[in-house]
Amino acid sequence: MGKVTRFLTRTRGRKRLTWSDGISYGYLIFGVIIMFGPVIWLVFSSFKTPGEIAKFPPRFLPYKQETMMVSGYDEPLPLYKINFEDGSSRTLAQVRRIGLESQLVDPANPEEIIKVNIKQREPVERVNFGLDNFKEGIESFDFGLYLWNSVVVTLVATILTLLINSMAAFALSKYKFRGRQFIFIVMISTLMVPLSVVLVPVFLVITNVGWNNNLLGIIVPAAATPTGVFLLRQYMLTIPDELIDAARIDGASEWRIYSQVIIPLAKPALAVLTIFSVMWRWNDFLWPLVVLSRSEYFTLQVGLASFQGELNVQWNLILAMTVLTLLPITVVFGFLQKYITTGIATTGMK
Amino acid sequence: MVNSEMVRVKKSIGQFFGTIYDGFVSLLDLIFGTIQKIIGVKGMPYIFVLPNLLIFGIFILFPMLLNFVYAFTGGSAFFPGERPWVGTDNFGRLLACENYLVPNSCTEDLFWRAVGNTFSYVFFQVGLMVIFSLITALILNRKIKARGFFRAVFFYPVLLSPIVVALIWKWILQENGLFNGILISLGFDRIPFLVNAQWAQFWVVMISIWAFMGFYTLILLAGLQSIPADLYEAASIDGANPWQSFVTITMPLLTPVMAVVLVLSLIRAVQVFDIVFAFTGGGPGTATLYLVQYIYNYGFSSPNKQFGLAAAASLLMAAVLVVLTIIQLVVRKEEN
Repeated sequence: MGKVTRFLTRTRGRKRLTWSDGISYGYLIFGVIIMFGPVIWLVFSSFKTPGEIAKFPPRFLPYKQETMMVSGYDEPLPLYKINFEDGSSRTLAQVRRIGLESQLVDPANPEEIIKVNIKQREPVERVNFGLDNFKEGIESFDFGLYLWNSVVVTLVATILTLLINSMAAFALSKYKFRGRQFIFIVMISTLMVPLSVVLVPVFLVITNVGWNNNLLGIIVPAAATPTGVFLLRQYMLTIPDELIDAARIDGASEWRIYSQVIIPLAKPALAVLTIFSVMWRWNDFLWPLVVLSRSEYFTLQVGLASFQGELNVQWNLILAMTVLTLLPITVVFGFLQKYITTGIATTGMK
Repeated sequence: MVNSEMVRVKKSIGQFFGTIYDGFVSLLDLIFGTIQKIIGVKGMPYIFVLPNLLIFGIFILFPMLLNFVYAFTGGSAFFPGERPWVGTDNFGRLLACENYLVPNSCTEDLFWRAVGNTFSYVFFQVGLMVIFSLITALILNRKIKARGFFRAVFFYPVLLSPIVVALIWKWILQENGLFNGILISLGFDRIPFLVNAQWAQFWVVMISIWAFMGFYTLILLAGLQSIPADLYEAASIDGANPWQSFVTITMPLLTPVMAVVLVLSLIRAVQVFDIVFAFTGGGPGTATLYLVQYIYNYGFSSPNKQFGLAAAASLLMAAVLVVLTIIQLVVRKEEN
């Protein structure tokens, strides 16, 4: 026994786990339950049948009642385990229920109807991860289309953001030109004002450009983020000017200097901006909500919000579609979590 | 074997994108090279800054200026040219109040309710979240096994969209949800979490902390890890206990990062909208009506749209945010 405890409490570095290690791991495990628990609860719930969804108190795993085809009946009948007064029990199929009385048949002998009190029956259930909610949900929630729109918006907007932000940051960090200070200060000062507080005029501009109900209306305006320019400029300032001078002596054009000297060296900052941009665009809600009103242009987020507005009570479908919506970003995070967390931790705060 | 295979695959993917990038660069070099020949090296920075500036000017700067026009005009017309000039009427209406602490005594009682709600939300959300993030970061900074895993777990909700977060928690907190199931099985009564005003406010704060704290934990953890380890060693040689080294080393050296976290989370908290929009929709009643939703309601969803009022409210809010950001810039300058 002593050996077992010693083995379990062995740590690298120090000799023994102390009470503070115990508290730390306790806190972290509690954290895992708090952070992951709700998502796991959602995923399990999304497989539940409507009947199971309405059950209170709820159960963790999705159960489904067994059914059976019985000759003489068109529909499959639900199976119940019946406990008789004499202590014996049998598995029977229920034909109908009238008040407190349940009418059942033995699948082996479908002619004879057995009548029992409903208190005597217990449903025969098994754990079932059925896809019914997903199939039915997809009929009114066009997941494929919304996913496509979200992916297009995220990818195009991120590429555009990286391109134009890095070009602007290059100009602002590596050239001295008239108006540089002015441009920089104007951009920085708008860092403070979030787009959410200028909704009405932005909507007016989008309407005049004719980009309501057009994916361009969410891709283009968000691409010129002052945050991105600021982040990249700060990073490019650390790249030595001698490299540029050397390239210029070699006869490189300014565009070549930007694309083949600066960009490769600014990769870490570009990676962080990529992470931010994908996160912002994928989860963007308010702006698409304002710009898009026709469902064929909805992104996943707007689609899900309007879906839950339409079906306020059909939780089984809403849950299934929520799971579909969180699936892509979860998969991406699973593969890239190391890069994402270290990327944000090292450069994100600058 | 498998590893070298992986490296080869990675390399060929890299080469693939490299080729695409080179092609793209050469193509654009034709255009930019020609421009450079015409306007010279001196003009090139303007060309580089132009695309960003154009989009920025049209979609960010111009709307911000236009917002002033809306704020000083009235009526329900959407196009600025058709709106009559009303001077500071919109601001006057928003600010008219006998007692600012009693929203009912104000002309625009909803605005003041939203202001009050936003204040209490910001206070509790930022305060509690910073405390939780700091504790988590301190624990993750210890000699912990599987630190990467725990860090990722705390960060995961940050990636979820606000709508998904709201739906997950709505499902857990609904009348027949998980929490009420647990309460009943422990022998308590059900609590109408989303129907009771105080509970709704409480949960809005809690789920925002749940959704955002991972980001600030990461930043604080990076701050903690940048504190040189030999400082702690020196302190322990001098006989300092862990609490003393926390107070004399960790706290002062973490202050700049802490300030950044505080201001970033403040700015974000003032703008709370999407999670609440999907979670409670501002209800029950006006219990979780916050400022951005007030603006959104007047600008977009109410039947009689009052763009002037929405714009005036957003200018007042922007003023608060500007003050917060100036504080942030000052803090950052001190940090450098």
